[in-house]
Amino acid sequence: MAKEKQEKSNEKPDLDKVVEESRRDFIRRLSIAGAVSVTGAAALYSGHSFEKAKHSKGMVRVLTEDNRLVEIPADQIKDLKPDIKALKARGKEGLQGKRWVMVIDLSRCRNARKCVEACQSAHHLRPYEYHINTLVMKESVNTPEYFMPKPCQHCDNPPCVSVCPVDATYKRQDGIVLIDNERCIGCRFCMAACPYSARMFHWQEPSQAENDKEKVYDVELNVPQKKGTISKCLFSADRIREGLLPYCVSACPNGVFYFGDENEDAVTNGTTKETVMLSELLQKNAGYRLQVELGTNPRVYYLPPKNRLFEFERGPEKEYREETI
Amino acid sequence: MNEIRFSSPKEQGKLDSVASDVLRNVRISKAFIIWIGFLFLALAACLYAYIIQLKEGLGVTGLRDYTSWGMYIANFVFFVATSLVGMLISSVLGLIGYNWVKPISRIAEIIAIAFAAVAGLVIISDMGRPDRFPFLFRFGRIQSPILWDVTVVTTYLVLSLLLWYFPLIPDLAISKNRLHGRPSFLIKVYELLSLRWEHHESQYRILKQAMRILLILIIPTAFAIHTVTSWLFAVTPRTGWDSTIFGPYFLSGAFVSGTAAVIIAMYFFRVNYKLEKYLTPFHFEKMGRVLILVSIVYIYFNLNEFLVPGYKLKTGDAIHLRELFTGHYAMLFWGVQLVGLVIPVILLLIKQMRRPMPMMIISVFVLAASWLKRYIIVVPGQGHPNLPIQNVPVEWVVYKPTLIETAVTIASILLVLIIITILSKLFPVIPIWEIAEDDHDKEKLSGNE
Repeated sequence: MAKEKQEKSNEKPDLDKVVEESRRDFIRRLSIAGAVSVTGAAALYSGHSFEKAKHSKGMVRVLTEDNRLVEIPADQIKDLKPDIKALKARGKEGLQGKRWVMVIDLSRCRNARKCVEACQSAHHLRPYEYHINTLVMKESVNTPEYFMPKPCQHCDNPPCVSVCPVDATYKRQDGIVLIDNERCIGCRFCMAACPYSARMFHWQEPSQAENDKEKVYDVELNVPQKKGTISKCLFSADRIREGLLPYCVSACPNGVFYFGDENEDAVTNGTTKETVMLSELLQKNAGYRLQVELGTNPRVYYLPPKNRLFEFERGPEKEYREETI
Repeated sequence: MNEIRFSSPKEQGKLDSVASDVLRNVRISKAFIIWIGFLFLALAACLYAYIIQLKEGLGVTGLRDYTSWGMYIANFVFFVATSLVGMLISSVLGLIGYNWVKPISRIAEIIAIAFAAVAGLVIISDMGRPDRFPFLFRFGRIQSPILWDVTVVTTYLVLSLLLWYFPLIPDLAISKNRLHGRPSFLIKVYELLSLRWEHHESQYRILKQAMRILLILIIPTAFAIHTVTSWLFAVTPRTGWDSTIFGPYFLSGAFVSGTAAVIIAMYFFRVNYKLEKYLTPFHFEKMGRVLILVSIVYIYFNLNEFLVPGYKLKTGDAIHLRELFTGHYAMLFWGVQLVGLVIPVILLLIKQMRRPMPMMIISVFVLAASWLKRYIIVVPGQGHPNLPIQNVPVEWVVYKPTLIETAVTIASILLVLIIITILSKLFPVIPIWEIAEDDHDKEKLSGNE
C-alpha cells in the first residue's frame, strides 16, 4: 500500500507525468475529470493503458479500445457516466495479481468504533447495520475480555458463495468476496451459511435510498444499497482499486488494522502508514484466524490481544434503536 | 353407458352403486359456496398482509440479521413434509400390495398436490426480491441446494398431479353421464378431461402400466424433495443444523405429519361426504398402525439427533440444547415431543383409540406439533451464532413472528384448503373404478375376507 503517499502528491496533475502514471491512477482521474471519450467507458475496465495530452488547438489524444492513438477535438468530448456493465465487469474481475489480506491487531483495539463509522458512512448504512462490527469477546471465565473488530473474513472457501443460487455473491481472483445487489434475490441462504455472521440484509428501505436514486450502481462499493438484498464488507474494493486503503483501515486512530497484498508479502498499517512484512508480522505475533476448524480459510488474520496497549474499558453501553419500519 | 370392462350385470351394478355414492358429493351445494367463499375472503384479507410486506420489505416480519429464516421457512418445510404422504400411501403401501389403500390413495394424492404446490409459493413469500424469482432459472447455479429444491419440488408436483389424474380418467368417463343436474361447465370439464375414455381392456392395461411407472418414479423424487429441503440447513456449518442425519430425520418426520393430515381428511370425508362405506373403521385402524410405525421411526431419529450431541456437549451444541431442553424454547420443545409424538404413539397402541373419532383428534395434535417442530428446527439454531450478537437493537436478538408474517402464513394454509376443497368437491374423491374392480378381483379370489 505504498501507493497511499504517491497518491497525495498527485493532487495537482502535472500533464508531463500523466504518461508515467499507473492505470489505476488514471482511472481515478478519469472518473474525476469525466474526460471520457466515446470509447472511454470500455477503456475504463479493459485495462488498456491510456494517454492523453491537451493540444493548444483544443485537440485531445485518446487511446481507443483497439489500442490506436487518436486525436479528437476537445469540444466533442462527451461526459459518460461510468456505465453499469463496465463497473460490473471490473467488479467481477478484481485486481490482477493481487491477493488482498487484512491483519487486525487486537492488542491495540480500544473500541473507538471509528472503523465502524467510516464504513457505515461510505456504504450508506444505519448505525446498527454493519459491514464491520466491533465485538466484546471473552473466551472463557478466566480469560480477559477484549475488543474484536469483525469484518467479512473473505474466506478462500466461502460457504456463502457455495450456497448462493444465482451467483449474486462471488469470489474474485484477488481474494475478495463481493455481492451484486442487482442480482441478489434475497433468499438469505448466504446469511444462514456464514459462520461469522458477516452479512446484513436490507429489511427496510436503505437509509439513503432517496438520495442515491440517481447513482449508478457500483458493485465494488455496493451503493446504492437496495431493499430486499444482502450487503456486506467488500474490503473497500472501490478504494483499493484507486490505490487507497479500505475505509475502516484508514479511519482507525489506534493502528489496529493492516491491509495489503499476500503475494507481495506486505501489509500497511492504516494509522502509521508503516509497511511491514506480512509473514513476519504473523510469525512474531502468533497471528491466527477465526474458526479455522470450519475449513473456510479466512483472509483476515488476528494478532492476539496480549501486552495490550490500552486497558480494557467497556465504556457505557450504547442502546441501538431500530428506525420504525 | 356401456362400460366394457364392467360388462357383467353384477359388476355393472357394483359400479353403479359406487358411482352414485361417490358422485353424490360432486355438486355445487350451498355449503360448498359458503365454505369456498369464506376461504377466498379470508385469503384476500391475508393477502393484504403480503401486499404490505411487498411494499415495506421483509422488515414487517420479525426476521432480522441473526434469525433471518423464521416462520416462512418453517412453514415451507412443513408443507414439503406433509406432501410426501402421497408417495407413502400410493407408492410404498400400494406397491407392496396393500389393497386397502385404494380408497385412501386419491385423498393422499390431493394432499400431496395441495401442499407441494403451495410450498413453492411459500418460499417466494420469504424472498426479499420476489420480482427476481425468474433469476433462479436465468442465472441458476447448480451448486446451490436451492436449485435442487426448486427442481425436485416441481418434479414432485408434476408427478403427483399425474398420479391424481391418470386414475381419474376412467372415473371421469364413468361420471360424465351420471352428472345430471350439475352445472354444464362441470360436465364439459369432465368430458374434456376424460379424453374419450372407452373402458377398453387395452386402455386399462396401458393406464395401469403408466401408473406403475409413476408410482416407482415418485419414490426417489419424494425422497429427494425432503432430503434436499433438509440440506438447506445441513449444508451450513451452523450449530443445530450441522447434522449428518438431517435427511432421514426430515424424511421420517414428513411421514408423521402427512399421515396425520390424511387421517384428518379421511375423517372429514367419511362424515361430511357420507362415505362410511368406503372409509371404514378398518381403514382407520390400518392408518393408525401406519401412524404408530412412522412415529416410532421418527422418535428413533429424534433420539439420535438430540442424545448424541447431548452426550458430547460440544460448546455450541451445549448452548443450543440447553435452550431447547430448559431454556427459551423448552415449553415448545417438550410440548412437541411429548404431546405431538410420544403420547400419540402410546395412545394409538390402545385399540379403541384407533377408531375414527379418537384417531382424528390425535391426528390434529400430531399435525399441529409437526408444524411447531419445523419451527423448533429452523429458529432456535440461529439465535446463537458462533460470534456474539452485539450492538444491535433488542428486537434483533430474539425472533418473534409478527402479525403480518402470521397472516401470510395463514394465507398459505387457506390456499392449501382451497385446493383440497376444489379437487375433492368437484371430482370423485374415492376412485370409483378401482373400488369396483377391487371387489371384482376379491370375488375371483374366492372370498378371502
